[in-house]
Amino acid sequence: MAAPYPFTAIVAQQDMKLALLIAAVDQGVGGVLIMGDRGTGKSTAIRALAALLPKIPVVANCAYNCDPERATAGHCQSCQQEKAGSPKKTTTVSIPVVDLPLGATEDRVIGALDIERALHAGEKAFEPGLLARAHRGFLYIDEVNLLEDHIVDALLDVAASGENVVEREGLSIRHPARFVLVGSGNPEEGELRPQLLDRFGLSVDVATPQDVASRVEIIRQRDRYEQDPDSFIKQWRRKESAQRRRIEQARLQVALVSTPDEVLEFAASLCLQLGTDGLRGELTLLRAGRALAALNKKDIITCDDIRSVAPMVLRHRLRRDPLDESGSDSRIARVLESMEAS
Amino acid sequence: MMPSSASSQWALAEAALAAFSVAPHALGGIWVRSPPGPVRTLFLELAEDWQLSTIAKRIPLHAQESRLLGGIELTQTLATGKLHWESGLLAQSHGGVVTLTMAERVQRQTIAHLCSALDAGSLTLAREGLSQTVPAAFGVIALDEGLEGEQPQTALTERLGLRVDLGSLSIHDALSSDIDSANLRNAQARWAAVALDDALVEALAATTLALGIDSPRAMVLTARLIKILAALEGRSEAIDADLERAVVMALAHRSTRLPELPPENADEEAREPEPQDEQTEEPESPDNQEQPEITPPLDAVIEAAIAHIPPGLLASLRQGHQPRGKSSSGGKSGTQQRHKQRGRPVGTEAGDPRKGSRLNLMATLRAAAPWQTLRRQQAPADRQGQLQIKPSDFRTTRFRHRRESTTLFVVDASGSAAMHRMAEAKGAVELLLADCYSRRDSVALIAFRGDKAELLLPPTRSLVRAKKALAALPGGGGTPLAHAVELTTLLSEQILRDGATPTAVFLTDGVANIARDGTPGRQRAKEEAMTAAKHFRALNSRALVIDASPRAQQKARELADALGGQYLAMPQADAAGMRNIVRSAEAVN
Repeated sequence: MAAPYPFTAIVAQQDMKLALLIAAVDQGVGGVLIMGDRGTGKSTAIRALAALLPKIPVVANCAYNCDPERATAGHCQSCQQEKAGSPKKTTTVSIPVVDLPLGATEDRVIGALDIERALHAGEKAFEPGLLARAHRGFLYIDEVNLLEDHIVDALLDVAASGENVVEREGLSIRHPARFVLVGSGNPEEGELRPQLLDRFGLSVDVATPQDVASRVEIIRQRDRYEQDPDSFIKQWRRKESAQRRRIEQARLQVALVSTPDEVLEFAASLCLQLGTDGLRGELTLLRAGRALAALNKKDIITCDDIRSVAPMVLRHRLRRDPLDESGSDSRIARVLESMEAS
Repeated sequence: MMPSSASSQWALAEAALAAFSVAPHALGGIWVRSPPGPVRTLFLELAEDWQLSTIAKRIPLHAQESRLLGGIELTQTLATGKLHWESGLLAQSHGGVVTLTMAERVQRQTIAHLCSALDAGSLTLAREGLSQTVPAAFGVIALDEGLEGEQPQTALTERLGLRVDLGSLSIHDALSSDIDSANLRNAQARWAAVALDDALVEALAATTLALGIDSPRAMVLTARLIKILAALEGRSEAIDADLERAVVMALAHRSTRLPELPPENADEEAREPEPQDEQTEEPESPDNQEQPEITPPLDAVIEAAIAHIPPGLLASLRQGHQPRGKSSSGGKSGTQQRHKQRGRPVGTEAGDPRKGSRLNLMATLRAAAPWQTLRRQQAPADRQGQLQIKPSDFRTTRFRHRRESTTLFVVDASGSAAMHRMAEAKGAVELLLADCYSRRDSVALIAFRGDKAELLLPPTRSLVRAKKALAALPGGGGTPLAHAVELTTLLSEQILRDGATPTAVFLTDGVANIARDGTPGRQRAKEEAMTAAKHFRALNSRALVIDASPRAQQKARELADALGGQYLAMPQADAAGMRNIVRSAEAVN
């Protein structure tokens, strides 16, 4: 299997890369929605991100990637049942990036009765689904706007509660399932349901660069990668590991980033002026801003951080005004500008 | 280069096929647009002759997911008590070529699996307790027999590097070629190392810009094609001629705009190339700032590309339309879906759970129960105590999930003609409700008059309720078309979300005179109506505009266009006629 194309070698697409990095630093920021033309490297970027993610400790042989450092309350049933006193065996794995392929069936997503064991051994055993595997990691849905409605329903519930409750075929199982939802799609294929849209913390639009130089660069890089993937990856290894270290450090530091009052005020009045519904916009603004500050090795968040993340946080949260032809982006830019002036 | 004569068109198809045979996976595939016939047969025979690997699989239209991806071999597994895996068609095709028949009708799900294999060269499976990644690098020959306007899903065609159109060729145009497999093998070994110089890559990038092609994948595929074409000619360096041919084979059909050549007669331009090079440097082209110096081959390349843009596409590009890639079965507004997983459970049937249907455990156990004594007697000694279940016992739940359709009447109740129109619309609503009594279809009605539109009848199946709501309906006043379209969009969205398929039927002459805020003014009212119509169009939902005015109105036609719907002039709109039109419009999809 060829190694994935390096993240740092992706030409242009700064917004998309930044959004993914922020989600990697603070998984609590919510999902990332990437919409854009076909072939703009959306899937490439996510596969590349998977290679950059740091390792996390998990309980050995746990199908749900339970965190050994957490209180047992957040664990799956099998980890809870083990004697509280006995130390659990732990191991480290890379943060999982799980694909939810188009056409996946409900039983494979949420898990179902293990038919083989039911029939052969007569046991009623649960076979964990994709949601279990994605716990503490990323769940990637390509063509998210084509996802079947009943799968979306299942996802919405789990994404909101962080827990997957399975009641089917005589099974009654609940297990933790907290994951970062990453969706990509082509806007021409259809709209996203508002409820699903709401689950995404960040949203970015990607487009192919409209200048010859970048396009030449895309063709060139790809050609080099294909001719000799190994040496291409070797060339980028230093940048890749620098990026990996940057993510790791930022993950440690993000909790320590302090938030001055003026930044809180700035975020609040930005949301107020744009008329976003609910508090989620402000909270996500702050989280994303802090993650950005941590990525830049700063221990205090500034209004500039908020400014940089504002479009990706708020773009999909604005009320759609059917008669405002100018898109969400320009509305955000307008408001940011007016706040600058005042 | 001119729109090629038949035999040179065949030569081009042959060259494309040769390139594909050299590196099927690297080029993704070849999109063969042609009705079945001797030419296509010849082409496929040639493909077989030239194929360098021995692996060739065919994917039929309704290949099941379990066959595509592989799965547990249930009979073996149950008989032995150990997992037996049978590999799927896609994994079996690794290193070879897959032929997709009737590609324009293939199910979305099959396409999705093909695309992920094409992207990664491997398949990641998460099925039936097995998670693994298996290599699956292959090239696709997609046979497209679509009629005008019908084509395979763009998700697939986007990933196929080459396109050939054999539709207009006859068997006499197909001359024999001088390519042989030694030639191909030679190219296979060497193409990856062919050098692409900077000027060439720049010209390629500029060409994609000029033709409005935004997919980096298309650029990358074309770059590979250039190298392969050079290798086929035995060169170790690509030259302009390779670029020109590659653009014709791989990019022309992807164009979304015509470059700034003198517009009305691009064909003639192509025939006799203009001597001056400035012709592409028109100041209003936004791209030109970014391409200050046009590399010499560019003009010729773009002209060649234009000469090979498929005629239908060329015509729509000339009219300034963005081609809308409408795929036959993509999207979510399919009218009827037979769901294996969703809908109302309507009993159980004997079936195979590997096909994606849901196993009904209780029914399965029930089916197996009467046989237990008999089977235990025949079972080996070590399995005496176990439940004896055979694949023939499997019962799966049947679901019925039918997409309802909701017909949304939007009636112009303004002005003098209102009374007549309203009466007929009411009649049509009643007729529709009466004959859809046994179906799960519903009807809604929006009327607009005075300064706003109103939802008079929310989607309903109840005839009684409809009659009551429609009993008293005054007419007259202005025409707030924008508000009406907006309300229709909102309601359609809601209907879509509820899982039904809306059809909006507008009864109006399209002359708006009340703006959204209720103030009169034709110009603004019209603009707002058109903007609202664009938003409706984004829903990709069906619309009909019935023009009931005595003389057909241009404005109603414009409205239909903006809505992305059908226009019908019906000077004598009567209830029965309307019902028939709506019925036939709904039957089309």
